[in-house]
Amino acid sequence: MNESNASNEIVSFYRLIVQLYNDIQKGWMYLKQEKKPYLWLIGINLFISAFTFGGGYVVVPMIRRYFVTQRNCFAEEELINMAAVAQSTPGAIAVNLSALAGFRVAGIGGAVISCVSAVIPPLIILGIVSAFYGAFVSNAVIAAILKGMQAGVAALIVDLIIDMCQMILKERSLLLSAMIPGAFLASFVMGINVALILIFCCLLCIGKVLLAKRKKS
Amino acid sequence: MNVILVLFFTFLKIGLFSIGGGYAIIPLIQEQVVEKTGWISEKVFTDIITISQMTPGPLAVNTSTFVGLQIAGVAGAIAATLGCVLCGVLLSLMLYRFFQRHQKSIYVFEVLGGLKAASLGLIISAAVTILMLALWGIGTPTFDTMPDWFIATMFALSLLALRKWKVNPIIIMIGTGLLGFFIY
Repeated sequence: MNESNASNEIVSFYRLIVQLYNDIQKGWMYLKQEKKPYLWLIGINLFISAFTFGGGYVVVPMIRRYFVTQRNCFAEEELINMAAVAQSTPGAIAVNLSALAGFRVAGIGGAVISCVSAVIPPLIILGIVSAFYGAFVSNAVIAAILKGMQAGVAALIVDLIIDMCQMILKERSLLLSAMIPGAFLASFVMGINVALILIFCCLLCIGKVLLAKRKKS
Repeated sequence: MNVILVLFFTFLKIGLFSIGGGYAIIPLIQEQVVEKTGWISEKVFTDIITISQMTPGPLAVNTSTFVGLQIAGVAGAIAATLGCVLCGVLLSLMLYRFFQRHQKSIYVFEVLGGLKAASLGLIISAAVTILMLALWGIGTPTFDTMPDWFIATMFALSLLALRKWKVNPIIIMIGTGLLGFFIY
């Protein structure tokens, strides 16, 4: 009787310690989560935005580099989801994607901060350029630098395309695999409106689910 | 104040209807700021496109900043840019939240998959345009003239560096810019 009492006490004491440890750890995790990296978001978005020559798609590899590879904020798969969302909604892809990444890292505050930081560099640069844009447009040195950068932009995007292709082909879905060249042809050769292409692809996917459900029942 | 409000709402409209981004939205912006309101001339608009290609940042944001500055100074620029960005960001956040909440739904899963595949197709389309522009200096495919071999080599080297050694994209941008400066 005495012995079991003692062992019970030990067990409950042990439980208490474990619970305490869990609580402390939970609190620590909470603190860690609460300490949102706002400053980092501001810096990284200013930086990325200042270097996105050549269109919004260049932001995707940049965000991959800093958010996925360096800081492990989220998985590459998630980045591709975000890119798809940013692309499918109106507005500049670069700004939308920055806001989404900011939201994923630090909630609404993160989204607002990222969005504002992403817009500031073009705002300042355009402000300076618009003051004397005639001289800027005809400047040979700037033109040469930008001509070189076009090659870099193209390489960045092709690199991204290869990774995205691998990711989608991995799912082994005939419909999705056919959709890639389909959307390309519709946009590049036929010049169909981007919104129409996206809506059509959505409908195709919904149709596929309906068809599969009907087959089952 | 009135002008600033008009700027804000005009660019709100541009932002709301510019799906896909990039060069697809040029006609839309043109219709609003050149033809309808007469804020800037055709020539200035063409210049803005050129400047946009030269400077970082999305075309719509650049145009809104430029037009806003010309019409109503710094306040105009901020109002126009805000209007331009607002709808897109809000809608993307909402759509993203929606997808996150209904992750388990088979419809959401399939639609997101479809959007990913379609986006990829569109990105390829943009990439081909950029490559054409870099190699031949024009946006439409013609194969009569030889491509620019310096650019082609630089493109191949950059791609190799990215694939093989995972070089930082910023270094690629600076490197290709410097090479362009020395070659041309």
